[in-house]
Amino acid sequence: MIEFDAASYSYTGGELLSKMSLTITPGAFYFITGPSGSGKTTFLKMCYGALLPNSGKLQIFGRDLRKMTRDDIALMRRNIGVIHQECQFIDHLNVTTNILLPLSVSGQEKLNDNLNLKELLTWVGLKGRSGALPPELSGGERQRAALARAVINSPEIILADEPTGNVDWEMSQRLLQLLIELNKMGKTVLLASHDLSLIRLAKSHVQARVLRIANKRITLAGADL
Amino acid sequence: MTEVFHLLTGLFSQDSQRDRVVPPTGFAANLTLFTSSVMGFLMVFALALSLAAARLADHWSDALARSATLKIAAPSEQLDHQVEKALAILKTTPGIEQASVLDLNEKRRLLEPWLGSDVPIELLSLPALIDILEDEKGFDSENLRLRLFADVPGGVLDDHTRWRRPLVIAAGRLSALGLFSILLMTGASAAMITLAARAAMSANTQVISVLRLIGATDAYIASAFVRRFSLRALSGAALGSIIAAGLVHFVNGKEDKLSILTGIGFEGLEWLWPIFIPLLIGIVAFFATHRAAKKVLGTLG
Repeated sequence: MIEFDAASYSYTGGELLSKMSLTITPGAFYFITGPSGSGKTTFLKMCYGALLPNSGKLQIFGRDLRKMTRDDIALMRRNIGVIHQECQFIDHLNVTTNILLPLSVSGQEKLNDNLNLKELLTWVGLKGRSGALPPELSGGERQRAALARAVINSPEIILADEPTGNVDWEMSQRLLQLLIELNKMGKTVLLASHDLSLIRLAKSHVQARVLRIANKRITLAGADL
Repeated sequence: MTEVFHLLTGLFSQDSQRDRVVPPTGFAANLTLFTSSVMGFLMVFALALSLAAARLADHWSDALARSATLKIAAPSEQLDHQVEKALAILKTTPGIEQASVLDLNEKRRLLEPWLGSDVPIELLSLPALIDILEDEKGFDSENLRLRLFADVPGGVLDDHTRWRRPLVIAAGRLSALGLFSILLMTGASAAMITLAARAAMSANTQVISVLRLIGATDAYIASAFVRRFSLRALSGAALGSIIAAGLVHFVNGKEDKLSILTGIGFEGLEWLWPIFIPLLIGIVAFFATHRAAKKVLGTLG
């Protein structure tokens, strides 16, 4: 699904991730942990083609990222849902329109029966906020709206970068629960977080693998990859 | 070509969300609307001026092309004799349909704009004037001059070429100037709309990054901006054109259509021309925004 083969990434300041080799398997739930600045966000950005490795190889859905055009990457992203800590929306469009936007972008018809959209809004707990504009939403509501937008196209992979960073514990649990539900539906989930209690909670519900990024290397829960 | 096709399909797409992603207000939006309105307004006026000048050129050309004047200035005792001789020559000249001597009243009407209506012109020593109307084939003016030189020494043939040509040329140039102005305004519109589109895209990098995050291709993003700016330019130009057409209709003098000042306007089917102005600006906006979008999206990487 996503395959890193000795892939490295460097900023102008120096190498951040060095010779990563790992395969993200379909249907798995991954936690990405590590100290601030270790490269968790960079790793996730590479997973959806926002950043290209400087060396090595990265394949997403079997295609070499470096050989893909900008439009190829855009088309690939329709199969990957992304949630950022500081999730961005189109601020002059209401929550519903923002959530439906991936359908419009991928040329699909709007959700024909409103029931599906209502179900989705109910699932993320935004049923009463569908007409609100993004700047009117709280941190937790924004994260849930981003989650709804990320899953509306039914992507195969969900990437969440510190989605609980700006919300309280109760909301963190709620978001995690939603991601676990998605994983149980067969979606591959990669969740970057440094919140160990959240990881412990997730492990009690789902078979989660923990990837740790430190010292430019990525390792699997105590063992070298 | 394929890109333009995608943009065109995007422009007429049922997908209303496509251009809704571009904020409906802001500096760039207002600039586009204002610029296209003003340009539409000015273009309609330039078009009206150009068409009026072209009409005038045609009229002068047609009206004077088949006429000539023979002026005979001679001592009064010889004048009638020379007039008779001239008429006789004119009657036998191929290409002349009619030749008639202007009477006193006709001369008075000719001089009225300069001398007024109450001047006793019968007391003035005026030359005799013979109005010549050519037939379809026309006459050989050089040959006629030679014949008149021999028998009518006081005669001067004026086939109006001398002053007709500069007038027709001037009117033609004025008409071309009007069309050139439209060309310049089209270029200025393209430049302003490009500027506005680039400013809008630079101000909306968040929109672009959100769209890219959810899998929008460059063609989709470009078409959103192209659609928004083309339709805005089209509506602005339509507004400007309607106002200008209304004003042209209002100021268009009914009394003398053959004056450049009072004849500015459209006649008959010419009223269809202003419809093309908003379309022209819309097309210009389409390509200008497309170019700007392509450049900005390339820069953003």
